[in-house]
Amino acid sequence: MTMTDTAAKRPAYIREVTDDGNYGTVEKPLTIWERAYRIEALRKAVLLVILAAAWQAYALSLNNSLLFPTFTETIEALWTNVTTLGLLGKVWMSISVLARGYLIGLFLAATLTVLAMNTRIGRDLLEILTSMFNPLPAIALLPLALLWFGLGNQSLIFVLVHSVLWPVALNTLAGFLAVSNTLRMVGRNYGLSSLRLVVKILIPAALPSILAGLKIGWAFAWRTLIAAELVFGASSGSGGLGWFVFERKNDLDIPGVFAGLLAVILIGLFVEYVIFRRLEQRTVVRWGMQH
Amino acid sequence: MGAVSVLSGRGVTLQYKTPDHLVVATYRVDFDVHASDRFVVLGPSGCGKSTLLKAVGGYIAPTEGEIRLKGELVRRPGPDRIMVFQEFDQLLPWKSVRQNVTFALTESGRASGKAADDRAMHYIEKVKLTKFANSYPHTLSGGMKQRVAIARAMAMEPEILLMDEPFAALDALTRRRMQEELLQLWDDTRFTMMFVTHSIEEAVMLSSRILLLSPHPGRVRAEFNSNGKDEIEPLTGQKLSVAIHDLLFADQPETEGEGDDHD
Repeated sequence: MTMTDTAAKRPAYIREVTDDGNYGTVEKPLTIWERAYRIEALRKAVLLVILAAAWQAYALSLNNSLLFPTFTETIEALWTNVTTLGLLGKVWMSISVLARGYLIGLFLAATLTVLAMNTRIGRDLLEILTSMFNPLPAIALLPLALLWFGLGNQSLIFVLVHSVLWPVALNTLAGFLAVSNTLRMVGRNYGLSSLRLVVKILIPAALPSILAGLKIGWAFAWRTLIAAELVFGASSGSGGLGWFVFERKNDLDIPGVFAGLLAVILIGLFVEYVIFRRLEQRTVVRWGMQH
Repeated sequence: MGAVSVLSGRGVTLQYKTPDHLVVATYRVDFDVHASDRFVVLGPSGCGKSTLLKAVGGYIAPTEGEIRLKGELVRRPGPDRIMVFQEFDQLLPWKSVRQNVTFALTESGRASGKAADDRAMHYIEKVKLTKFANSYPHTLSGGMKQRVAIARAMAMEPEILLMDEPFAALDALTRRRMQEELLQLWDDTRFTMMFVTHSIEEAVMLSSRILLLSPHPGRVRAEFNSNGKDEIEPLTGQKLSVAIHDLLFADQPETEGEGDDHD
């Protein structure tokens, strides 16, 4: 039997595609639970409530507020510290020092990376410096900083810059190097040269990595600051949030210690979800560069 | 014809370095692209055709010979020669379709403000993407992205459009449609283009003139005229596609493809 024989048994045909709309269910609304489950903020809020409830239950069963105060006691302590003991002032003190260190760190990181993108030796320098200093804990530099800059904010800013500079520079450089060659060629095709190419093409194209670097830098800086204030708190003049925790512990005011730590956590949540998340939604998520 | 040469290459030898080798991509290649030519550079993998296009773009300097655009020596990339790449990521993902086109116009100084926007919309309409002017690239299909890249290149109104296998990453049906649309656009504005491909069929369909390169290193093997209809080539007495096919396979009797030559 040949091919043409079989083909002859099955006649070809052409159909009109009719649109009578009888496809059955094409779309079906989700139930209220399915819809609620899709809201990230709601899921996370529920998790936070569960965590707080677990804390409360454990602390109640332990029944020793000197070791482990309950959630409600902590909230109470937080409230009285905010209203009467000027906790907000201490928070502000910490954040203003942090902001200065963070911004100086970002500026230095930007300078180093631009240099690294434009010259071979600059890139070698940045790679050597980051591999030397990135693993070095900023806190380990604090004794030296105190020796060089004395007691006070300058020493704190010095260690903050150290904790921000290397991770941000490392991430930014990695982001720049990952930008596709095609995009660079597109930029050069329009006559963009070194600095304009960095600003107009490389920075937006590397924004996912840059934002990741900013987040890591922020977390490192915040940790370093609280730890520095805790360890050398007594010497840092008027004192910030870490110093507050140190003081509360000295007074054996453990709910106060917890209130201070809770404040650290709340600020962390705020920065992550309100500032960074919003920034991501407006940029890299909107552009389809991150999901 | 007596047409004017827009772009000329004389004895162009191109080399590039891999970590362990110095590779000669093309060897003493001559060519002339005339105004309104659809000049297709055709050859198998490893004939240096993409490298040649990048040299015309000004991204690679010839080690020997010279490339001139309207008599001016090509030294660096510039908006008088706009590249359209094969890769879909040639669009700036942080800019909408419309902003991608206006960005090109304003950054290169070709147009600014309202004029740039009007020109952008004019060319976006030409590639039938008006409805998607405010969409971001990640929401578009591959074919639509390539149409934006073509609109962006045409809006620059360069001396010559350089196309580096722009349809190679598309599915066969979309590719066919894009080829037809490109010919319609050419009918409309008669731009000059240099188009690189490894597909004989695409070369025959799109070209007015075909430069055939032999592989390793790329040397000129033949130049043919074409009208897109694959008619009998007077030199060989065969259909154009058959003539090209025979020339390519006479050179390399039994060789496997060695991946694409994007280096």
